[in-house]
Amino acid sequence: MAAAHRAPIESGVPDPMPLMHPVMRKNYGKWVYHNHPKPGVLYHRAAGGDEIWTVKAGTQRQLDVHSIRKLCDIGDRYADGHLRFTARSNVEYMVADASKVDPLIEALSAAGFPVGGTANSVSMIAHTQGFLHCDIPGTDASGVVKALMDELYEEFVKCEMPNRVKLSTSCCEINCGGQADMAIIMQHTKPPKINHDLVANICERPAVVARCPVAAIRPALVNGKPSLEVDEKKCVCCGACYPPCPPMQINDPEHSKIAIWVGGKNANARGRPTFHKLVASGLPNNPPRWPEVAAAVRKILATYKADARPWERMVDWIERIGWPRFFEKTGLPFTKYHIDDWRGARRTLNASTHIRF
Amino acid sequence: MPKKVHETPMLDQLESGPWPSFVTGLKRLAQDNDMMADLLGQLEASYQDKKGYWKGGTIGVYGYGGGVIPRFTELKDANDKPRFPAAAEFHTLRVQPPAGMHYDTATLRKLCDIWEKHGSGLIALHGQSGDIMFQGATSERVQPAFDELNEAGFDLGGAGPALRTSMSCVGAARCEMSCFDEARALRAVINPNLDDMHRPALPYKFKFKFSGCPNDCVNSIQRSDFAVIGTWRDNIRIDEALARAWFAGHGMEQLVNDVVTRCPTKALSVKRAGTESKAAHVSAVRMSDDQVLEIDNHDCVRCMHCLNVMPGALLPGKDRGVTLLVGGKSVLKIGSTMGTVVVPFMKLETDADLERLGELARNVIDFFADNALEHERIGETIDRIGLANFLEGVGLPIDPNMIVEPRANPYVRTDGWDEEVAKWEERKRDAA
Ligand code: HEM
Ligand code: SF4
Ligand code: SF4
Repeated sequence: MAAAHRAPIESGVPDPMPLMHPVMRKNYGKWVYHNHPKPGVLYHRAAGGDEIWTVKAGTQRQLDVHSIRKLCDIGDRYADGHLRFTARSNVEYMVADASKVDPLIEALSAAGFPVGGTANSVSMIAHTQGFLHCDIPGTDASGVVKALMDELYEEFVKCEMPNRVKLSTSCCEINCGGQADMAIIMQHTKPPKINHDLVANICERPAVVARCPVAAIRPALVNGKPSLEVDEKKCVCCGACYPPCPPMQINDPEHSKIAIWVGGKNANARGRPTFHKLVASGLPNNPPRWPEVAAAVRKILATYKADARPWERMVDWIERIGWPRFFEKTGLPFTKYHIDDWRGARRTLNASTHIRF
Repeated sequence: MPKKVHETPMLDQLESGPWPSFVTGLKRLAQDNDMMADLLGQLEASYQDKKGYWKGGTIGVYGYGGGVIPRFTELKDANDKPRFPAAAEFHTLRVQPPAGMHYDTATLRKLCDIWEKHGSGLIALHGQSGDIMFQGATSERVQPAFDELNEAGFDLGGAGPALRTSMSCVGAARCEMSCFDEARALRAVINPNLDDMHRPALPYKFKFKFSGCPNDCVNSIQRSDFAVIGTWRDNIRIDEALARAWFAGHGMEQLVNDVVTRCPTKALSVKRAGTESKAAHVSAVRMSDDQVLEIDNHDCVRCMHCLNVMPGALLPGKDRGVTLLVGGKSVLKIGSTMGTVVVPFMKLETDADLERLGELARNVIDFFADNALEHERIGETIDRIGLANFLEGVGLPIDPNMIVEPRANPYVRTDGWDEEVAKWEERKRDAA
């Protein structure tokens, strides 16, 4: 008795055109000017003279249907029934009439959605799933972000930084949160603890061996059972073996620490795009508000804000003042772990006498 | 009768403060959703123990091999029974959003209704790859939830070793920097290749991303295997009225410090009016009666900085197209790599242009499928075999725009030199 299955409609990516605000649809590809009237608001003008105002607000990204309906109510009442989301989970409403901007801001603020995130703000933190849904997290994602955004709220709503600041958090070293001006990433400090009773049944051993970036894993017989062993001198504690082999537990409530990386930039503006670099580690994984991480993040951002020139992203600022002064000004210690020894690392050494005094 | 809500002293501390609280949202859902009540219990345990309690498995929908992320609880009591049974299965459906993430409220409300009916009521807008993530359904409800979402015009995204959900910037919809139709290009590349998304059989994940200009608002260069980034070949366009307005408001100091000196290739200079170059590749902007900003468009690398500082006064040229970069990825296994140029410029305006991009995308996916090792990203394949071999494999010509500088070591066998020179001469002739 074969139950009749409904065949999926392989429709793929929906067409955004019917969903888009009509003024955006009408002027698609014809915009010629924008400015930033105030924090959280953007003004755009099209070649034919049509205008549109965008009001941007932060959300919790992990949205319950009631909050989404609240956003819809605001959209219906104040913004012509359309909205969009940015890559950083901010919501944007578009209105074709300047007089609709302030009521929209009031409605969003009253509903608890902070208006801001435009231009030189610290925008919402790109993040991952954490304890809520990931099968390998060392820490949470949404909670870290909530705790940090509470601290950085003023920078989100005021837009007073030297240039844009993009943050990300990731609950393991795989870094699903991505590159950023400042990234907050779990950093394991101990090799995986292996539950040898389970390896043979759960793990495809050659595949696990192949995952290790430093070839530290080899097949072994432990207590008469086929298992895996790790050369702990070689192991770089990256956790790459853990997803394909959960008995190789990498997460450690005490020894898994939090690291801070700075200077990633994906835009091509000024210098070429850059990856973020390690500046601090060893911070405790301390839910529910991670105060040590928040303090370090605040300190780095305050130093950047006070010292960077207009239009300098984090990486531009550091390129000007140099890494020694970055460590000096932020008060962060410089250790042997900051010196890269992965392949190609000599490129990161100072092969010159260029030294700032 | 809604379930008793568990004590959550740690999570409760995430309800205060000015930023919107996801915990408050979860609790609101828990008032009439048992799964969410128990989910809060498990989440609190994770906070207490600093441990995750999910494991994967295999759950899918009929006809597809991917797009659902299965989650089963590992938090069991002494009798091996889930401590939070209503949340023992908490699967996610990854669903592709409309390109550019535009919605009308009716559509969003429909998505909410479907997820309230079948799932936990928790929706992430959006995941880092771009999916709408419908989080929290039992194994039994995954299929009916998908059926309704699918009937509403939505389709599952990618997971596992597959083509992944894509993303494009707001671009042409509301940005004067946009150099191509990002949404159309995204759909033209992704929609013909859904088989590779829905039936995972690639060596590993493969992501496309589309940014309208080199500001790269969706971070395609670092986060996608195949980045499509808008650019232009001709001169930067000028709006003199806006340039004068900018200068009147900002003055010479800011023109020099914030614009001219920040140009990465020193393509900008300030000239006294009347002394500017008249060469065809120079854009000269009258900033005031006395001052001209001169742009040498041959030296300009289209970094976007000066356009960003003086919006509207300077605009991308009219001969627009895209640069294609391949090989961006995150840490595993060789360390993060950026996409690097494989096509310095191609037009992307006509149906034929889009078809050409589609064919090239397909070629690269096929090359990846045939040549990458298991669990290898295309950036790693290129690292392993060298860019020249990759280009030959996908049928793209080499170009000096693909490098920052030529090799600085002699460790290469060059007895094919004369043939390679002949190829270069031939390409030059073809291009002429
Ligand atoms: C095994 C458990 C993993 C889980 C639960 C997980 C979860 C996720 C989720 C939920 C997203 C957002 C997806 C979306 O928007 O649809 C994501 C994105 C991402 N994942 Fe993972 N991931 C895992 C493993 C990995 C691995 C092994 C890598 C390694 C290379 C990785 C790299 C990334 C990156 C770079 C992104 C961001 C992609 C982008 O911005 O396009 N993840 N991950
Ligand atoms: S990438 Fe360029 S075109 Fe796209 S939204 Fe950003 S600035 Fe605009
Ligand atoms: S867009 Fe061109 S001219 Fe303008 S700052 Fe960048 S490289 Fe210089």
